[in-house]
Amino acid sequence: MSTIKNYKATRPVSSYLIKHSRVRLVGLLALPILWIVGVYILSLFLLLITAFWFVDPFTSLVRPGFTLESFNLLFTTPAYIATSIRTLFIAICVTIICILFAVPLGIYMAKVASSRVRNLLAVAITLPLWAGYLVKLIAMRLVFSEQGFFNWALAPIGIKGPGFSVPIVILTLTYLWFPYMALPVFTAIRQIPSNLFDASSDLGAKGFMTIYRIVLPLIVPAIIAGSVFTFSLSLGDYLAARFTGGKTQMIGSIIASNINLNPPIAAAFSMVPISFVVIYLVVARRTGSLERM
Amino acid sequence: MKAKKLGRFSLLAVSLLIVSGCSSDSSSVSIEVPDIPMHQELGAFEGELNIVNWSGFVEPAWTDKFTADTGCKVKPRVAGTSDEMVTLMRTGQYDIVSASGDAALRLIVGGDVQPLNLDLIPNFSDDIAPGMKGNIYDTVNNKPYGVPIGRGANLLQYNDDVTKGAPPSWDVVWELDTPYKGKITAYDAPIYIADAAVYLMYHNPELGIKNPYALDQKQLDAAISLLKQQNQIIGEYWSDVFAQIGSFTGGNTVVGTSWEILRKFAAKDNIKTTLPIEGSTGWFDSWLVSSKTKNVNCAYAWMDYTSKADVNGAIAMNFGMAPANIAFCKTSAKAQAHCDEYFAEDEEFFKRIWPWTTPIETCVDGRKDVKCTSFQEWTNAWATVKG
Repeated sequence: MSTIKNYKATRPVSSYLIKHSRVRLVGLLALPILWIVGVYILSLFLLLITAFWFVDPFTSLVRPGFTLESFNLLFTTPAYIATSIRTLFIAICVTIICILFAVPLGIYMAKVASSRVRNLLAVAITLPLWAGYLVKLIAMRLVFSEQGFFNWALAPIGIKGPGFSVPIVILTLTYLWFPYMALPVFTAIRQIPSNLFDASSDLGAKGFMTIYRIVLPLIVPAIIAGSVFTFSLSLGDYLAARFTGGKTQMIGSIIASNINLNPPIAAAFSMVPISFVVIYLVVARRTGSLERM
Repeated sequence: MKAKKLGRFSLLAVSLLIVSGCSSDSSSVSIEVPDIPMHQELGAFEGELNIVNWSGFVEPAWTDKFTADTGCKVKPRVAGTSDEMVTLMRTGQYDIVSASGDAALRLIVGGDVQPLNLDLIPNFSDDIAPGMKGNIYDTVNNKPYGVPIGRGANLLQYNDDVTKGAPPSWDVVWELDTPYKGKITAYDAPIYIADAAVYLMYHNPELGIKNPYALDQKQLDAAISLLKQQNQIIGEYWSDVFAQIGSFTGGNTVVGTSWEILRKFAAKDNIKTTLPIEGSTGWFDSWLVSSKTKNVNCAYAWMDYTSKADVNGAIAMNFGMAPANIAFCKTSAKAQAHCDEYFAEDEEFFKRIWPWTTPIETCVDGRKDVKCTSFQEWTNAWATVKG
C-alpha cells in the first residue's frame, strides 16, 4: 500500500495519463498534427486557393475572388498543354530508366556479390546523396557542355552529344533520383529467401525465367515505392531543366516564372503535378501494389 | 559582295535616321495614375531606410558614411528580377527601390510609389546624363517619380572565333537561316518581347511600330510569332547570369543577348559585344520611393547622397553600368576609363537604346485610337513562346 502511495507522489504525470486515455492520445499526436495541418496543409491550401483569384490587367495586382480563368488558360494554351505532356513524359522516362538500372544491380548486389563488393556498391549508390542538389546539377551541366567531358571523350569515335535538351534533362534527373529507386529494390531482393531460387532452378527455370516469375512479382511493391519518389520528384523539378535543358520547359519552369508575374496561373499549374501523382497512386492502388508495401 | 556591303551601309544610314529621337518623350502621353501627394519639405531623419535593390547597389563602402551623416540605418534586400522587386514593394515593408523601367511604370500606375519633389534633391543636377532625365518609365504626366542611378544596354554578344567579326544585324538570333542554329541565347523574361519589336520596327515598317513598348494586339502577335520562330533555333534562355557566362565560355552559345558586364566576367578575348544596326533595348534604373513609406526623409537623403558624383560612380563601377551622374567620369583616369567602356557620356549610343518600360494599356507612343497590350498580356503571351 505504501509503495503505491509513493508511486503516485513521485510520478503524477504518468498516473494522470494512465487514467485519461484521450489526453494521452492528444499528447502523442499534438506535435505531428500541428505540423501536418498548421504548416503542411495550410500553406498548400493558401497557395492553391490563389488559383481562383483575379489578376488586375492594369497593375498586375492579385485580388481575391472566384474565377476559373487560370484553369481556362491552362487547358486552352497549346504551350501549357505541351509542357504538361513533356513533363509527364520526362518523369515516366526517368522512372523507367531507374527501374532498368536498379533491378539487375539489386539482383547482383543481393544474391551474387561478395559482402565486400556489396558494401562498396551500396556506398557508391548512396554517395551522390551526400552532395548538394545544386552541386550535382552544375556538375552535370559541366560534363555535358559543348566543350565538356563527354564531347571531349567521345570525339575520337565521332560521337557528339545532343547539347542541352530533353535527353540530358532525363539523364540528369535519373542521376539525381536513382538512389531512391535502387535502395528499396535492393532491400526487397535481399529479403527473397535463397531457397526460392533453388526451387526455381530445380523445377527447370533458367536465370531470366527465375527473374521474371520469382523476383519481379516479389519486388513490385519496392518498385512502386521507388517510383513514387522518382516520378513525383521529376514532376516537380525545374532546376534540372533550367541548367541542363537548354530551352526545355517543364511544369516547374512555368510555375517559377509566374510566381511573381501571375500567381494564379502558377497556383493553377501546381495542381497539374498533384493530379498526375494522385492518378498514379490510384492506379497503383487498383493493381493492389500499395497494400503489399 | 561589294553591293551587299554598300547595301548594309545604306541600311545603317537609314537606321540612324530612324532611331534618332528614340528616347520616348513623356510629355505627349497622358496616363491615368492614382493621385498621391508629393513630399513638401524635409523633416527629421527617421533613423532607418529599407531598400529593395539589385545586387551590388547597396554596399557598406558607401552606406556606412550615409548612416554616419544622417543616422539612417540602411537595411538592404536584394531582388533577383524586376517582378520580384514589384512583389516586394507591394508588401509595403520597404521605403525605396532601385527599379528598372519595366518595374517602374508598373509601380507608378499601381499607386505603389509617390511623385518626387526634385527641389529636395540638390544633387539631381545638370550632371545627370540628359538621356536619363524625363523618360516615360519614371516621369508620368510631367511628374517625376524616379531619380536615375545608372543604365546599360542589351547588346549582341558573340564568340568571335566562330562568327569571325561582329554580326552587323540581330538577324543571327531571329532568322531561321542563321548559321548558329542551336547556339543562340535570349533573355528569359516577358520584357524580351520588346527586343523582337525593335527588330520588327526596323525590318517590317509596315507594322507601324513606333515604340517597342507600345504594341497593339496586331503588333504583339507579330512579335510573338517572331519569338516562336526564334524558339525553333534557340539553344537556351537565360535568367541566371552565371549560366549565361558559362554557356558562352563553354561553347554552347555563340550569339545572343548580353550585358557589357557579363562580357567582362566571361573574361575571354574571343567573347565580344556589339550594337547591331537595329539598335536595342536597355535597362535604365532609378530610385523610386514607396507611397506607404514611414521613412521618407531618409529616402530623400539617400537619393541625394547616391546622386553625388563619387557615390553614384562607385555604385556604377561596382555593378558594371554607366553612371547617371556623368561628372563622375572626370574625377579620375580610372573613372574615365569606366565611363568610356560603358558609353556613359555617349548620348548618340544611348539614343539607339530603347529603355525598358512597362507596357500598359495607354499607348506610350502617344496613339489614342487603339488600346495597347498590357504587361499582363505580355506575360501570358511570353508563356506561349517557350512551349
